[in-house]
Amino acid sequence: MLPDASNIASGVDGVLLFIIVTGIIIIGLVTFFMIFFSIKYNKKRHPEPDSVKDSTVLEIVWTVVPIGIVLVMFYLGWKNYKFTQGAPKDAMIVKVTGRQWSWLFTYANGRNSGILELPVGKPVKLDITSADVIHGFFIPAFRIKQDAVPGVVNSIWFIPDKTGTYEIFCTVYCGIGHAHMLSKAVIVPEADFDSWYNARQQVPAQANAAAERGERLIKQYGCTGCHTVDGSPLVGPTYKGLYNSRITVITNGKERTVRANDAYIKLCILDPGVNEVIGFPPHVMPSFKGRLTGRDIKDIIAYLKTLK
Amino acid sequence: MENNTNDTGGMGYLDKTANGRGILAWILSTDHKRIGLLYAIVMFSFFAVAVSIGFTMRLALIEPGHKILSAQTYDALFTIHGVIMIFIFIIPSIPAFLGNFFLPILIGAKDVAFPRLNLLSWYVFVIGAVLAMVSLFTGGGPIDTGWTFYVPYSIQTGTNVTLAAFSVFLIGFSSMLTGINFITTIHRYRAPGMKWFRMPLFAWSLYATGWVQILATPVIAITLLLIIAGRVFGIYLFDPASGGDPLLYQHLFWMYSHPAVYIMILPAMGVVTEIIPTFSKKPIFGYTAIAMSSLAIAFFGSLVWGHHMFTSGMSQTAKWLFSLLTFIVAVPSGVKVFNWVASLYGGSIELEPPLLFTFAFIFLFSIGGFTGLMQGALAVDVQVHDTYFVVGHLHYVMFGGTAFALFAGIHYWFPKMFGKMYNKNVAKLALLVMFIGFNTLYFPMFVLGWEGMPRRSYDYLPQFHTGQLISIIGSWILVPGLIIMFANLIYALFKGPKAPANPWGGVTLEWKIPSPPPRENFREIPVITERPYIFNTGAGNE
Repeated sequence: MLPDASNIASGVDGVLLFIIVTGIIIIGLVTFFMIFFSIKYNKKRHPEPDSVKDSTVLEIVWTVVPIGIVLVMFYLGWKNYKFTQGAPKDAMIVKVTGRQWSWLFTYANGRNSGILELPVGKPVKLDITSADVIHGFFIPAFRIKQDAVPGVVNSIWFIPDKTGTYEIFCTVYCGIGHAHMLSKAVIVPEADFDSWYNARQQVPAQANAAAERGERLIKQYGCTGCHTVDGSPLVGPTYKGLYNSRITVITNGKERTVRANDAYIKLCILDPGVNEVIGFPPHVMPSFKGRLTGRDIKDIIAYLKTLK
Repeated sequence: MENNTNDTGGMGYLDKTANGRGILAWILSTDHKRIGLLYAIVMFSFFAVAVSIGFTMRLALIEPGHKILSAQTYDALFTIHGVIMIFIFIIPSIPAFLGNFFLPILIGAKDVAFPRLNLLSWYVFVIGAVLAMVSLFTGGGPIDTGWTFYVPYSIQTGTNVTLAAFSVFLIGFSSMLTGINFITTIHRYRAPGMKWFRMPLFAWSLYATGWVQILATPVIAITLLLIIAGRVFGIYLFDPASGGDPLLYQHLFWMYSHPAVYIMILPAMGVVTEIIPTFSKKPIFGYTAIAMSSLAIAFFGSLVWGHHMFTSGMSQTAKWLFSLLTFIVAVPSGVKVFNWVASLYGGSIELEPPLLFTFAFIFLFSIGGFTGLMQGALAVDVQVHDTYFVVGHLHYVMFGGTAFALFAGIHYWFPKMFGKMYNKNVAKLALLVMFIGFNTLYFPMFVLGWEGMPRRSYDYLPQFHTGQLISIIGSWILVPGLIIMFANLIYALFKGPKAPANPWGGVTLEWKIPSPPPRENFREIPVITERPYIFNTGAGNE
């Protein structure tokens, strides 16, 4: 069953339940009378139709009563929606950016993350936008959804009230990686959140530091939306065993085989249109020119080397 | 009118010696009946293609991990499925096929007001449909935007959006011309004595539909041209990077596409309103209420498009206003359902295939309606918008609603159109299989969507597997049901026994002329002296 993990959820479920119950009663009655009349007034039993006059009273009743019912539905729907707008002043603000095909969460202290880490029981306001096309930010367990529209910031607020890990989906079709534009909301006790929030962006030192930073960058920039690290192909080639392997690509319309060395990977990140890998859809990968520094790319390559 | 009834025997408008032989006698014909059938042939060919695509898409989701179709293929398939089903099948289905065939007969006219324009509409429709197919194999390949063409993705993608959008533009033009034709026909060509409130209710529903077609379709025509302008000339009206607004596109798109839902459903309501009196042998209950509710739906239906955009970032005022209006538009649909059921009261009911199809329509459409109310409620819409819930809802309304009413209408008027009768037991069996398959296929989608599965996804998380599997099994039941139904009708077309002029004991004008109807419909134009659906039980029946 769908968890009920925010201050919004129970209200939404209540409205749904009200409409479901009303629906079952009315559709039940309609179906009952269809079947009942078909039996009772079947031609075999009832060969001569009765003369039935139109009834203005009935028409008014089944116009006015449904108007009353739907107005109640409207009011409940509005009441349980309205309060998700106009966040309290003390709400923690997280900037959410949708990109093809990953989510980026930016916190007030500048910390970037590919997953949404939040303290339990604290109001949080999400400022949602997009870097490219329209996406839909959706956490079913919290009953919240807001489109990420380029050039616009749409806000929504809520209080996550149960710890745990919850799915985040993209609901507006945004291209080939849409179905894998997933992330998670991780709700933890406040103390755990504070230590995560205040931790230095990277502590690990020496040999593995570069690779670990590379791994973080890969997740942060959403590369894993299209490239897996476990060997299965997705939208693009997997990272596993990629480094130094031989790859068949199309360059300027000609097929050739290249070795995936440092220079090749750097070119792919900065200018992905130059070499198109055979077997994968072309023109999909965006350029990261200006977004990743030379050091970033070195660290990413260091990480790729570890994926044998 | 007695003369008309006795005029049996010939092949009517199908007669080869009187109306010419060969394909040219069809594709150059301005006979509304032949044009209706031309539409049917094109529509159902495309319907078969789109059903196969839908079936394939279901199959591709048989297990998580997208092993059967690539993402690009799946994205192209759901787009083509939507474009064909919406623009080439459902929108023209009832008006262009059954409407063309029966509107003039029902109001006692010899043809529509502009027969040549009618033929032109068909040509524009066919050219649009063919161009939509050409777009799959030219340019950047099959479009992958979804049938909604949302910007900025539709401007950015490398696929052949330009040609596909143009083809939809053309099909929209055809729809507008049909609307103009029907409205003029109803205003000017009613038989003497047929006052507005003596018109059969199918004609009323086509009249309401015609206005929506004329007033709403130009909006999407312009919108699609603006997309083409963006792609071809770099005029980015909707691109935020150039100061445009992507939400403007959504407003313009739904300003047509929501009323289009009523272009699809109003004629369906009209068809079942014709069927119910015939099989209960008494007048429809609440004639005026049903006629007026069609107009109310057409009017309010034009003011609710914003309910497709509750999560897009509209103003709060727009949200509650659109939500309120959405609830209001549900009321006239409810009024129709209550009147249909009330019409059965005290009747003399024969459970023939058309009436059983009508019952299936009422049940499925009611579920579609109530799941629509759930989405009209803002709080719930936030959860289910853009998920499988919407996919389930729209199939209950469009397929369970419009298509089942179309099937009901075909089973009702088949003997009139072709002078042949199909096997009624096979028709009932087909309905039963389709009804079970339909609910198995689409009902799990409500649960999947509520639990969060996004639509238009070629892959999904393992927790959605059970729901997907049930739904896929449903498609294995529904498609055989469709095949049984069409096979039964096609067999009857060639080998079916001859049908009498009035097999169901109907009293509207089409049952007073021979089957198939003669070229000019009526030897002499009838004079109308009373409301429709008056059964002179005992007296007028042979």
